[in-house]
Amino acid sequence: MATVTKVGKGLTESERKKIDKILKKYSKQKGALIPVLQGAQAELGYLSEEALSYIAKSTGRTLSQVYGVATFYKQFRLQPIGKHLVRICHGTACHVGGAEDIDASVCGHLGLPVDGGTTGDGEFTVEKVVCVGACSLAPIMIVDGIAHGRLDSEKARNVIKKYQKKQGI
Amino acid sequence: MAERDKVTIGLATCGIAAGGIAVRDEIENEIRRRKLDVAIAETGCIGYCFAEVLVEVEKKGLPKVTYGNVTPSDVPDLIETHLVQGRILQNKVLLIEGKKTPESDFLERQTRIVLRNCGIINPESIDDYIARGGYEGLKKALKMKPEEIRKEVLESGLRGRGGAGFPTGQKWEFCSRAEGKEKYIVCNADEGDPGAFMDRSVLEGDPHAVIEGMIIGAYAIGATCGYIYCRAEYPLALRRLRIAIEQAKERGFLGKNILGSSYSLDIIVKEGAGAFVCGEETALIASIEGERGMPRPRPPFPANKGIWGMPTNINNVETFANVSWIIREGAKKFASFGTEGSKGTKVFCLTGKVRRGGLAEVEMGTTLREVIFGVGGGIKEGRNFKAVQTGGPSGGCLPSSLLDTPVDYDSLTALGAIMGSGGMVIVDDTTCMVDLAKYFLTFTQMESCGKCIPCRLGTKRMLEILTRICQGKGEPEDMDRLRNLALDVKEGSLCALGGTAPNPVLTTLRYFEDEYRAHIFEKKCPAGACTDLVTFHIDPEKCTGCGVCARNCPADAISGEKKKPHVIDVNACIKCRECLRRCRFGAVYTV
Repeated sequence: MATVTKVGKGLTESERKKIDKILKKYSKQKGALIPVLQGAQAELGYLSEEALSYIAKSTGRTLSQVYGVATFYKQFRLQPIGKHLVRICHGTACHVGGAEDIDASVCGHLGLPVDGGTTGDGEFTVEKVVCVGACSLAPIMIVDGIAHGRLDSEKARNVIKKYQKKQGI
Repeated sequence: MAERDKVTIGLATCGIAAGGIAVRDEIENEIRRRKLDVAIAETGCIGYCFAEVLVEVEKKGLPKVTYGNVTPSDVPDLIETHLVQGRILQNKVLLIEGKKTPESDFLERQTRIVLRNCGIINPESIDDYIARGGYEGLKKALKMKPEEIRKEVLESGLRGRGGAGFPTGQKWEFCSRAEGKEKYIVCNADEGDPGAFMDRSVLEGDPHAVIEGMIIGAYAIGATCGYIYCRAEYPLALRRLRIAIEQAKERGFLGKNILGSSYSLDIIVKEGAGAFVCGEETALIASIEGERGMPRPRPPFPANKGIWGMPTNINNVETFANVSWIIREGAKKFASFGTEGSKGTKVFCLTGKVRRGGLAEVEMGTTLREVIFGVGGGIKEGRNFKAVQTGGPSGGCLPSSLLDTPVDYDSLTALGAIMGSGGMVIVDDTTCMVDLAKYFLTFTQMESCGKCIPCRLGTKRMLEILTRICQGKGEPEDMDRLRNLALDVKEGSLCALGGTAPNPVLTTLRYFEDEYRAHIFEKKCPAGACTDLVTFHIDPEKCTGCGVCARNCPADAISGEKKKPHVIDVNACIKCRECLRRCRFGAVYTV
C-alpha cells in the first residue's frame, strides 16, 4: 500500500494523507475541484506546487488546469503565510472611512510596505481584501477570523500590539 | 410555566465585529453570578447596525426594551437596573416597545417583507421560523400545480433582486419549458459588491426563508437538484445555511418525498472562492462545475443550457426570500406594494457617512431622500450630503439635486445608476468623486476575468487616466478619453461586469464634472482627499499651541512654542493626516 509514487514526492506522508482524505470526501461529486483545493488549503495553509500536482494527478486533470483554477480565485494562496493573518477590508464604506490610513498604520507598525506582505519573522501576513460585508462598522479588519470594527489608525495598531503581546514578541 | 425573562443578543457578523461575543459572555456571567432565572437567546441582524452591540431585554411587567451600543462594562449596570430593579436603563435605550424613541422611526419608516424575521427569530431554530408562519408557503405550493405557482409569481410582479431586475416568473417559465434530463436551481449568494451585505444579513438572520423560497422555485420549474453558491468570506452565513438545510431535511421539507408528496429535492452548499465575476450567471455556472469562473456567451441562456449543459435557473437570495412570502400571502398582496414597474420592497444597506447605517427595507418607489434622510437619519457629524452611490461597482453616483428620485429599477437606470443588489454608500463633502471613481475602477480592473479585451485593457487604461488626474497630472483631453473608452468597454464586453464597469466614471463625469475640471485645470482637489494635490496648514487664529500635533507628527514637520500658534513645514510634511485627526480645535486645514 505505502508505495511512494513520484507525484507529490515533496509532500510528507501526513500531508498526502490529508489530501487523500479530502479527495475521498468529494470523489462522488462532479466538478468538485474547488472544494478540494479549499480543503487542501485549509489543511496545509497554502497550496504548494507539490500539492497542486498531486491533486492534478489524482483527479485526472493536467497541472495547468488545476493551476489555472488555483490562480483564478483570490482565496487560494500559493505561498505560505504568517502565523497571524490580518485582512484589511477595502470595501466602499471602509474606503470612504479611511481604509488607507489603516493600511499605513498596520503595515507601518509591522515594517511592511503599505501593500502588505509577510513579516520577516513569519508572524504576520497582511493583505487587503474587498468587502467583508460588515460595512456599518467601517473601517474594519479581520485578524485570524475575528473582526475588529470602527477602527482608526491608533486602534488598529493597538489590535496588532495585542496579538504581539500574546506571542511575547 | 410562567414566561421567563429573556435577554436576546444580536449576533450577526456586525454584532460580533462590534464585540457581541464579549457582551454575551458578560451577560452570561452576570446572570449566573446573581443566580437569576433568565433565558439568554441569540438572533440575527436587527438592522440597527449603527448601534451595535444590541441587546434586547424582556422582563415581566416592563415593555420590551432594545439597548444599543452596549459594551461589556455596561452589562452589570444593565442587568442590575433592568432585571433586578425593574427599571429601564435610560442612557442606553434604543427602542421601547410601543413607545416613540429618537431612533424608533428607523424601523417605523420601513416595510419589512424580506426582513420579516431578521432580528426577531433565532436563525438556528426551525421552530422559531415555523412559529412565524414559516414553511406555510411550501405547504400551500405543494398543493398547487407548478404552472399555478409560476403564474402567481409572475402576477406578483417580482423582479430579480440581484440587480438586473428580470421578472422572476418569466425566468421560471423559460426554465420549466426547457428540455433536459435534469434541471438545476441555484441560489446566488455570491454577494460581491463592496458596500452590500443584504444577502449576508438575510442568510445569517433567516436562512429558512431563503431555503423555503428555493424549494418552491425548484418545484415550480421541476428542478431535481439545488445549489446555494455562497461566498467563503461569509463563514457565519454558511454555517447557518448548513444548519437550516439539516433541520429542513429532518422535518421533511427537503430531501426525498417532500411532505409526503412525490417531489424530491436536494440542496448542496457551494463555497465561492473569491471572484467577483462569479456573481454573473454563466461565470457562476463555470465555477460550480469546478472551472475558472469565466462568463460564457449568451445564448444559450442558462435556462436552456446551464450546469453540465442542463436547464438551470438562478435567482438571488433576496428574490427567494420574497418567494416564500408571496406564496403564503398571495401575489395580490405583494403587488399592492411598490410602483407600476417595480413591485414589493427592496432591502438596502445604508453605509458610509450616513448617521444611521444599517439594514433598511423600504417600499419600491420611496425617494432617495426618504431612505437617506428619513430612515438613515441624514449625514454624520453634521456634514453636508454630497452623493449617494447605488449598485456598487456597476452603479453610479447621484448628486443632491436628484434626491427626490424614487427608488425603482427604471428611474435609477434612467439616471445612469442602477438599483443593483442594494448597496447604498453615502458620501459627504470630504470624499473626492474622482477618487471614488478611481476606487471602483481599481476594483473592476482587478476583478476583470480577462476574457474580453475591451474590459481587460479598457478598464486598465481608464484607471491609469483616473490615477494621473488624482495626481495632478491630468490632461485637458482626459475627460473625453474617459467617455470614449467607457463606451468601448460597455459595448465590447460579454458580461455585465464589463458592461457596467464604466458606470461610476460616467456618472461622476455627468454629475460632478466640476471636480474633474478642478483636478485637471487647477490641479486642486476640492474635497481635500487627493494627497498629491493638497498641502496641510495650521490656522493661527484657531491654534492654541497645545502641541499635540507636533508631538505626534512622525516627520517632525511641525514646530512652535508652547501656547503659541504652530506651523507645518510643507516641505517636510509627509501628508499622513495625523495632525488633522489629532487637532481638537479644528486648526489644521488643507489647501
